Parts: sequence; C-alpha cells; structure tokens
Amino acid sequence: MKHLLDIDSLKADDIHHLMALTDHMVEVNQRPIPKVPALRGKTVVSIFFEDSTRTRTSFDTAARRLSADVMNFAVSSSSVNKGESLRDTIETVSAMGVDAFVIRHGSSGAAQQITQWTNASVVNAGDGWHQHPTQALLDCYTIRTHLNRREGFDGLRIAIVGDIKHSRVARSDIQAFTRLGALVTVVAPPTLLPPSMDGWPVEVSHDLDAIVPEVDVLYLLRMQRERMTDALVPSLREYTSLYGLTPARARTLSPHALVMHPGPMNRGVEMAVDPSELPGSVIIHQVTNGVAVRMAVLFELLGSGSGLKAEET
Amino acid sequence: MPVESQRSDGRLVMSADDVRRAITRIAHEIVERNHGVDDVVLVGLQRGGVWIAEQLSDALAAIEKPVPCGAVDVSLYRDDVGLRPIVPGRVTDMPFALDGSTVVLVDDVLFTGRTVRAALDALNDHGRPRAVQLAVMVDRGHRELPIRPDFVGKNLPTSRDENVAVDADGVVIT
Repeated sequence: MKHLLDIDSLKADDIHHLMALTDHMVEVNQRPIPKVPALRGKTVVSIFFEDSTRTRTSFDTAARRLSADVMNFAVSSSSVNKGESLRDTIETVSAMGVDAFVIRHGSSGAAQQITQWTNASVVNAGDGWHQHPTQALLDCYTIRTHLNRREGFDGLRIAIVGDIKHSRVARSDIQAFTRLGALVTVVAPPTLLPPSMDGWPVEVSHDLDAIVPEVDVLYLLRMQRERMTDALVPSLREYTSLYGLTPARARTLSPHALVMHPGPMNRGVEMAVDPSELPGSVIIHQVTNGVAVRMAVLFELLGSGSGLKAEET
Repeated sequence: MPVESQRSDGRLVMSADDVRRAITRIAHEIVERNHGVDDVVLVGLQRGGVWIAEQLSDALAAIEKPVPCGAVDVSLYRDDVGLRPIVPGRVTDMPFALDGSTVVLVDDVLFTGRTVRAALDALNDHGRPRAVQLAVMVDRGHRELPIRPDFVGKNLPTSRDENVAVDADGVVIT
C-alpha cells in the first residue's frame, strides 16, 4: 500500500490486516516506554488546511511513537498566505525529503491530487465532504475490540445519526462498516441527507426512537453548527428532540450497545446526555485507538515492506 | 541419538522425543546456571519461540517451581524493517516487570543473530533485566553479530540456503 486516500480502495482483507497490525501498536502504547524504532529516519509532514485537535495530535503522536521525525506545517504562518499554490507548497516541502504527507484540506479529492506532485506516501486526514479513512479505521477497531468482533461485523446493526450530507466521517464509516459485513442505517432529517442515496449500501430512516433499541452501535455525528446558517434544521432544540441522544432514548438502548462519536461533541445537541454516564460510551476509547490505528497506517505505508517475501531469520 | 530419516520433502534431524528431551535438559541447565529459578522469567520470541518457552515453563514448574512466561514480538525493532512483512496477530505479551529479573530469551532457531539483537532492544523498552540469557532449540551457525546462545537443544551445521523448521513433532531441514 502506497497511499491511504479512501476506504473504497481497501478490501475487507486490507482492513482486517490493518486491524491486526493495530493490535501490535496498542501493545506498544501500553508499555512504560511507548516507543519503538520502527520508522527511524522517516519524515512525516502534516499539513492541515482545516482546524483539528484530535486528528493532528493523534497523527503526530503516532509518528513519534514509531520514532519518525515529524515536521509540522502551520498553514496559517506559511507562504500559503502569500498566495503559494497547493502544488508549489507540496513540491517545496517534498523537495526537503519527506516520506509521508498527512493532509487535511477543505476540498474533496485534495489528497488524491497531491499524490501527483510527490513521490511520498499520502495519508488523507479528511478532504472536504469526501473521506476520512483513519477515522473509519479507528471506529472499526473500537467496535472490533469492544464487541469482540475479530472476524468481522456480520449481522451487526449500526445506526449513523445526524448530518450525513456534510460528513466525510459518515461516508468513510459506511463503506468500512458495510465492507466488514455490518448492516448500516442512517438516521437524519431529509435536509441533512445527500440529494441522492442511490448506490449507498444503507437503509434510511427518519425515526430515531424506532432505531435506538434495535442497534448494536449508535454512532452520533457532530451537528455542524457552522452550517446552521443554511437553515437545514429549524432549530438546534428541534434537532435534539428528534435526532439527539436524550436521556429517554439512552434508556432504550440495549445493554451491550455502544455509543460512539467522532468528536468534537456538541453537548446538549446531538449528545443530550452526559456520555460519561452511558455505560456503552466508547468515545474516549475511540481517541485512544486513534493513535494506535494511525501508527498501524504509517507503519504499513512506510515500514512494513508488505508485499515483499519474508526471508528466514 | 537423533533419528535421521526422510520426512515429506525434508530431512528429520530431531524427532519429537529428541525435542522433548532437549527441553527437559535445557530446563535443568537453566536451574543449574541460575542456582534455582528465583527471579528467572522466560520470554519466547514470536512466534517460533513461544511454544518452546511455554514447554520450558512447564518443565521448570515440574523440577523447581513455576516461573513467569511471556512473549515478545520484535518486528518493530528489526534492522531490516521495510525489507520483510510483519506478521500480524503475534503480539508482545509481557505481563510482568523485567527490572532485576534474569530473562531467558527463547527461540526456535538461532541463525544470523539479528532477531536476538532486535529482541534485546525490545526488552530494553520493558525494563532493565539483571541478566539476559539465550536458549534456542537449534543453533545453525552463520552468525552476523557477536551473539551466542547459553542453552542449545542441538548444534546443527547447515548451509545458508537450507531451511530449518522446528515444531513439537521434530526438527526438519529442507
């Protein structure tokens, strides 16, 4: 594997392979010295054209725990402000000797585009409404561990609730979950669904109350407040009463069901209960697993030598 | 005496009984060398060394007392990272502290010594053992590093392009 741009280009076996690799990284992270020399001498550059706390720090931590060198590229204080194009920026940084770019950009396809301008590996850390593959992988890993589904998600019922239309997380998650065999239902008001759901391997519902008791995983998306100007929902309060996880709905969850959220959470909007009081909340584990999954991805791209034949010890 | 015979496409150089006896002998040697098994821990190398470490642990429990037994995966420490694929699912499992202990590293075949070098680095990240000893079922030579075993099941001269397979059913050269 040279790049990680989307989930669509991964087969179920590829996802399983990355999950198994993540097991190794989880073990590393539990040690007194959580650092291994696997990627010594490799340079990873993260370029974030959009704000991020968890994804950026998660990738940085992952690279450092594998002993890679991390170059942080602050877009706000760079020549991008002088009008440098994305292509020139990538080619310039690339010329300094970079093994991997981790890129987040507001335009769909940006990560795919820069693979044309560099020989380094490219990891998509979110491009527009398109894809956020490492989020989907860490979500899969979290479900796999907490519901003990090492072999796959056959028959698992997962509901993804909220702003599907603008969500790259939803697009990646739907592909990853269904590829592993899960049955995915998206729950959202019609205004927050894409104009056409043709070809999406999901059920669509507008009735959260009917769905909550049925699911093994309830995945809440962030209500993107910055989009509230588009009048897609009448009010946040109405959104909460129809599509938020309220205390009344939380009581109807089955005892083993997981509650997940990609963060950052809007408390009182999609998450109208205190997640720390939900026994099924694995939101904090998603963050922890994020580091391990990104270690696995960076190692797979830069250090694993997969595809080469093993020689004897 | 080892039974020399043809098995499948290879040459059987140790039978199942030979392997079992070698494990028992190595267990006795570990006790003798360390004047008992206080502070001794066994660490098998993923993945060929793990079952041998477990059997050594059973043997030590029978002749002295039980000792902790763990497993270490060295794929993230190798000097040829990028030249060989990692084997997923063979995870390090070290449920005890190494500080002050005598670690007996256990592997099936000692060849170039590079795996053992990587394992020594890996142990460093788990603590500071008082001493590290090395037990292998087969020493086939061709060392590329100054590493020697403390306990050997069998010294087996080989050529570089031969393959040595070790399991509980015996040792086969192909």
